[in-house]
Amino acid sequence: MSAHDETHAHGDGHGHEDDFGIHATFGGYMTGFVLAVVLTVIPFWLVMGHVIATSSTAAVIILGLAAVQIVVHMIYFLHMNAKSEGGWNMLALVFTIVLVVITLSGSIWIMYHLNSNMMPSMMDPSNLP
Amino acid sequence: MSDITTSMPGSGPAQPLAFHDTHESHPVNGTLLGFWVYLMSDCLVFACLFAAYGVLGREYAGGPTAQEVLELPAVAVNTTLLLLSSITYGFAVLEMQRNRQNPMLVWLVITGLLGAGFITLELREFFHLASIGAGPQRSAFLSSFFTLVGTHGLHVTCGLIWLVVLITQVLKKGLITANKRRLLCLSMFWHFLDVVWVGVFSFVYLMGVLP
Repeated sequence: MSAHDETHAHGDGHGHEDDFGIHATFGGYMTGFVLAVVLTVIPFWLVMGHVIATSSTAAVIILGLAAVQIVVHMIYFLHMNAKSEGGWNMLALVFTIVLVVITLSGSIWIMYHLNSNMMPSMMDPSNLP
Repeated sequence: MSDITTSMPGSGPAQPLAFHDTHESHPVNGTLLGFWVYLMSDCLVFACLFAAYGVLGREYAGGPTAQEVLELPAVAVNTTLLLLSSITYGFAVLEMQRNRQNPMLVWLVITGLLGAGFITLELREFFHLASIGAGPQRSAFLSSFFTLVGTHGLHVTCGLIWLVVLITQVLKKGLITANKRRLLCLSMFWHFLDVVWVGVFSFVYLMGVLP
């Protein structure tokens, strides 16, 4: 088969033109929805009911539940998996996660002591050289 | 690569030039992958705004604190609306896969109403904050708060406009392939906004009101 014929056949007649490789199911959406509701209700209940006394513990739990819920949304609502679009979806996602982690952790780490680093008048004079 | 042929003078009938290797495996439709890459770049915008809030979120400058001005019950209602709108968009996609146009349109309209409810509540919160002297100019906390939450709200507003345009297009042209592709792009956009909102209600609201 020559190159010309194959290109032509490919352009005209592939049968799955309409499904775009996404196979959403009712069960998938409902699983994601129920998990998302549970993962939302727990942190709201923790904070609004003053369940946990220490703020740092509560913060870690809230962030952990948020991370799990984001994964749930990715899998059940955005139909992410390692094979979609020939793996390029996952590659773009991994690249983005690396940049997001660098941006968030880097900014917060470096800028956390913004006041003490930027405002000489608030420095303790005994620390000055 | 052996398939690439060029028409040489005097070497039989002219063959058309093939510019790409026809044996490569490529996605069925590049639009969804391209849209995904756009969403990832949008994700970086939100990462920067989250980082800014992470740094400035506790700088109250003698003004109102997050604990004083953020109302969790309203946020819980907002979260419910956005989560419900995500699942109703999912139902619309299911009807689209079965080529049932009218049930799909009903789900899309419900999605739009839930999204409009979300925006209404958010605007009400913003105006309430501004009216009690907690506008974006009051402190670094409020500046970063309005920028982050407002950018998300702007995205939802754009999604609503897009939704109205798509409903109009489906009404005019029916469920053609191009419209299906557009509906799937908007579904990714809508679900992605839900993902960002998970970060917003956890990081801004729930962690903001912790003592």
